Amino acid sequence: MNRIYLYILVMAGVTYLIRMLPLTLIRKEIKNTYVKSFLYYVPYVTLSVMIFPAILTATESVISGAVALVTAAVLAYRGKSLFHVSTAACVAVFLLELALDFFGG
Amino acid sequence: MNPKIQQFQCGLKDGVPIGLGYLAVSFTFGIMAKKAGIHTLAAVIMSLTNLTSAGQFAALGVIQSGAPFVEMAAVQFIINLRYCLMSCSLSQKMDSKMPFFHRFLISYGVTDEVFGVSACRPENLSPFYAYGLISVAVPGWTFGTLLGAISGDLLPARLLSALSVALYGMFLAIVIPPARGSRILAGVVAASMAASFLFSVIPMLNGISSGFKVIILTVVIAGVAAFLFPVKEEREGGQAQ
Repeated sequence: MNRIYLYILVMAGVTYLIRMLPLTLIRKEIKNTYVKSFLYYVPYVTLSVMIFPAILTATESVISGAVALVTAAVLAYRGKSLFHVSTAACVAVFLLELALDFFGG
Repeated sequence: MNPKIQQFQCGLKDGVPIGLGYLAVSFTFGIMAKKAGIHTLAAVIMSLTNLTSAGQFAALGVIQSGAPFVEMAAVQFIINLRYCLMSCSLSQKMDSKMPFFHRFLISYGVTDEVFGVSACRPENLSPFYAYGLISVAVPGWTFGTLLGAISGDLLPARLLSALSVALYGMFLAIVIPPARGSRILAGVVAASMAASFLFSVIPMLNGISSGFKVIILTVVIAGVAAFLFPVKEEREGGQAQ
């Protein structure tokens, strides 16, 4: 029974170290242009990779996933806030799936 | 107003989509943990201490098979190694004088989402902004796990389906506005999505775990972009020219 908590301890330890070591070991501003540029591009690549195509399979149907993608993309392009874009995508999925259930059965 | 409080409040506000999205994902995790025979309390503690989706889902299989602890450590290391890249990137958004205790605390909360929101801010990262994000993200993740473990029927499937796009919507709100102002970033975003799509359809590549896919594509695409379009100006501008 207590074995589960040992598993959790191992998981939490490994995960924390991965997150903590770079934040504590790299304290100075990196001067190397290549490394600096690489780190600058990292978030844009990771987030984009995580968005697509995963968003299409996140909901109950590909159609509602696609609608969420378009809704969020348009609002984000118009510079709406994180909260606004995110909730609009959720609402779009909710309404569409409601309609699909209603009409499509 | 005290700038620390202001930053904290700003973080709380930006953390709302994270909290909502986490609620949906961790709800599913709670249900699956229960199915895997894990006690509700253990599932909740796992969420509170780990704060990672893919790693926790993978852990369920490891625990069920009764694998050795070394195997658990290896699985977590591989799946969560992407956080290492994220922390490296985030280290450059921090004031070099930021004390260690702030760094130790922020480390706990470096998830894909907290990182995404923090790293793409134009200014340096205030620890209080990060704490604001984490203060919403952690309850969302932990409470969702609890709800899922207690009763899988508590949230209707349709609501869950709708909430599950919250995180993607947030990611889009982070990457699109800067991409609008920079052709290079727009190209990087488009190339990343296209490559990610290819990785999900090409038979040999679609077997790669999601954590590893993120690492491989990030190293390659950010590596090429940095080579072709080095960022020359100081970070203040926040835009690649």
